[in-house]
Amino acid sequence: MDAVEKKEAIKGGEFLIRESEAGEIFIPEEFSEEQKMMAQATQDFIDHEVTPVIERLEKGEYELGEHLLKKAGELGLLGISIPEAYGGLGMNFNTSLLIADILGSAGSFSTTYGAHTGIGTLPILYYGTEEQKQKYLPKLASGEWVGCYCLTEPDAGSDANSGKSRAVLSEDGKHYILNGQKMWISNAGYADCLIVFAKIDDDARLSAFILERTWDGITMNDEEIKLGIKGSSTRQVFFNDVKVPVENLLSARENGFKIAVNILNIGRIKLGAGGIGGMKEVIDLSTQYAIDRKQFGISISKFGAIKHKLATMAIKTFATESLNYRAGQNIDDKIAALIADGMEENEAKLKGIAQFAIECSISKVHGSEVLSYCVDEGVQVYGGMGFSEDAPMARAFRDARITRIYEGTNEINRMLMIDMLLKRAMKGELDLMGPAMAVQKELTSIPDFSNQEDNELFAAEKKVLNNLKKAGLMVAGAAAQKLMEKLSHEQEILMNLADILIEIYAAESTILRAEKLIQLKGEEASQRQVDMAKIYLHDAVSIVQNAGKEAIYAFAEGDEMRVMLMGLKRFTKIDPMNLKEARRRVADHLIENKGYAF
Amino acid sequence: MKILVCITHVPDTTSKISFTENNTKFDISGVQFIIGPYDDYALARAVELKETHSASVTVLNVGGAETEPTIRKALAIGADEAIRINAEPTDSFFVAKQIADVAKDGGYDLILMGRESIDFNGGQVHGMVGELLDLPSVSPVMQLDIEGNTAKISREIEGGKESLEIGLPFVAGCQEPIAEWKIPNMRGIMSARTKPLNVIEPSDNEKKTALESFELPAEKNAVKMVDPDNVSELVDLLKNEAKVI
Repeated sequence: MDAVEKKEAIKGGEFLIRESEAGEIFIPEEFSEEQKMMAQATQDFIDHEVTPVIERLEKGEYELGEHLLKKAGELGLLGISIPEAYGGLGMNFNTSLLIADILGSAGSFSTTYGAHTGIGTLPILYYGTEEQKQKYLPKLASGEWVGCYCLTEPDAGSDANSGKSRAVLSEDGKHYILNGQKMWISNAGYADCLIVFAKIDDDARLSAFILERTWDGITMNDEEIKLGIKGSSTRQVFFNDVKVPVENLLSARENGFKIAVNILNIGRIKLGAGGIGGMKEVIDLSTQYAIDRKQFGISISKFGAIKHKLATMAIKTFATESLNYRAGQNIDDKIAALIADGMEENEAKLKGIAQFAIECSISKVHGSEVLSYCVDEGVQVYGGMGFSEDAPMARAFRDARITRIYEGTNEINRMLMIDMLLKRAMKGELDLMGPAMAVQKELTSIPDFSNQEDNELFAAEKKVLNNLKKAGLMVAGAAAQKLMEKLSHEQEILMNLADILIEIYAAESTILRAEKLIQLKGEEASQRQVDMAKIYLHDAVSIVQNAGKEAIYAFAEGDEMRVMLMGLKRFTKIDPMNLKEARRRVADHLIENKGYAF
Repeated sequence: MKILVCITHVPDTTSKISFTENNTKFDISGVQFIIGPYDDYALARAVELKETHSASVTVLNVGGAETEPTIRKALAIGADEAIRINAEPTDSFFVAKQIADVAKDGGYDLILMGRESIDFNGGQVHGMVGELLDLPSVSPVMQLDIEGNTAKISREIEGGKESLEIGLPFVAGCQEPIAEWKIPNMRGIMSARTKPLNVIEPSDNEKKTALESFELPAEKNAVKMVDPDNVSELVDLLKNEAKVI
């Protein structure tokens, strides 16, 4: 199989049972000159348009968000994923992730942008009829109209399908009469076009509709007073006998839940990527502050405890970045392969993304939690000033918090990724059973004590990664076997399994990125990235160890437990390295470059 | 109307500046390059004139292949075509000579550039180009409007502002607020790759200067804070430590 075929054949979730190669993954250092120029133009937009008004935006001048969206539209930033035929640019998925990444440092506006270009626009792009697309997409791509997505209700959050909003066909059959209430609707204050989910009559599942703000019967509450992203418009929206023309039903009746799920898959990985811009901004600010701040007569950036923080922030960010663009390219490759096989473009895009839904969930959880880590340590580096609204960390800290909640809470996403993995195994799409059985067999055999020197680059790290996968398969396989359908009710164990899965993917993506970087730029130029990858792997091993132990304690006992704990110990072995010195090297690189420069 | 905009490829203003080879070479590792900010304004005005006066805009840079991303950015902002003179821009005269040699047969109505680059800040190229082409040159131009064959210009002078009229063609060294600074839009970026970028070899290698070495400015000392009530300490410090009074 040649390299291209190999890439196309990669399946979502397969990383757990397959040894990936550096050549197969895309790394952000490979972005083209054109993509880099787009990223720079996006950064210029933030610096020249968003940053100067961010304080006013935060203080409640919500209309600035709408104004900024229109400016972003003029620059083409709202049409990245929209085909040229509908006024967009038709760029690939990874480019849209890159733009989301950069815009991640735009505070509240990042949510305004994400809600418009993602959940506010994509349902029409992917599920709209030709007429619907012609009518709405050019306006959404240019920023003439703002989009929003109305799914959540007061009693229907994570359990979205339980919403009470109802649509009933009018007697003349020309309209649906829509009634209901939605909440936490981003961009509601200035949205012109609303994607609304409601059940028709007594349907079991949701349907989706496209509404226009000017139609009678749509009202809104005042702006919500929120913990963070204060500049993003968030309101409750009420629908009171709104007449929705039948042609504004989106896709088929009862197809709404599917739309919601598929669109959220995209939203999730974009949110993961969107964290990166925020992380880098926080690292840059913290590094500069640490350099400038003097205590005991010297710059606090010279203290080991501060270096540890700066380095860890950067290492985790490097990992988020690595896994996001790896998954993004997998999605692009899959889409291209499906189109080449004759599939219609939109269907191919949805199928390509759905294939990597596990990775999308991983991206969302990892990205939002690394962002949380960075803003928390950012506040700590700033010390007392970090607690003051006069310094930028307080806002970053508040703004980051929502990312662990929206687009599916991190708990829902953790459960989903394991659920999807097991379902794919049961359907025979992923052969988890074979490798899991092999691990079981290995458990009762004599351990491999061979310590032969392998000079291949990252040979030791790859062995560790392979073993982590074995640990994951052992724990997940045993939990599934033992608990069967009860596993879905043992959420604590699912969280443990998800942590293992996330860390394996992140660590592998990071190691493979460092390996590919060496291939591209040589060892000398990649030393810090190698440090970062190795440190991340060590941290991942600890997480897998702890999560594995907790899970095993919870569902196994007696000899079975002892055998598994021994296996876990065997599969989470890693050679010692001086992590302190490695972190210092990473921190010194940050300090020397006054920020994240990898 | 034909406009030639000359741009420099310079380190971003936030770059870390260091030198190698015994302080004779600027270390470009890790440095991000941009269009010279003053040149960027000249380009922005040219692109505005393109819309209002259906002008064609050619962008020119003297530099090696590594400057092409910067040139592509100028194309993304709105220039129609580009010329790269394949040579290291060693000094102002050399650069001016290259520009003049290209421009003399180009039939340009306007030759715009920044008032100065932001790496060597010579601020001489526009004057030299004017001289070499026997054209008027004006700098720093902060406002530029075209009516027929005449340009209305306003420029900063010592203690005030000067408004003048000048016939085309001429050379202008520009600075803000001559135009609204432009961020390239995504469509412009995508079309930049299809616009022509012609590489030509330098006409000659005559230089008027030779570089001996670079030197970084001395590091700033730490700021000493003096209590506002303690004027005598301030006087003492200014007199005995800073030795300025």
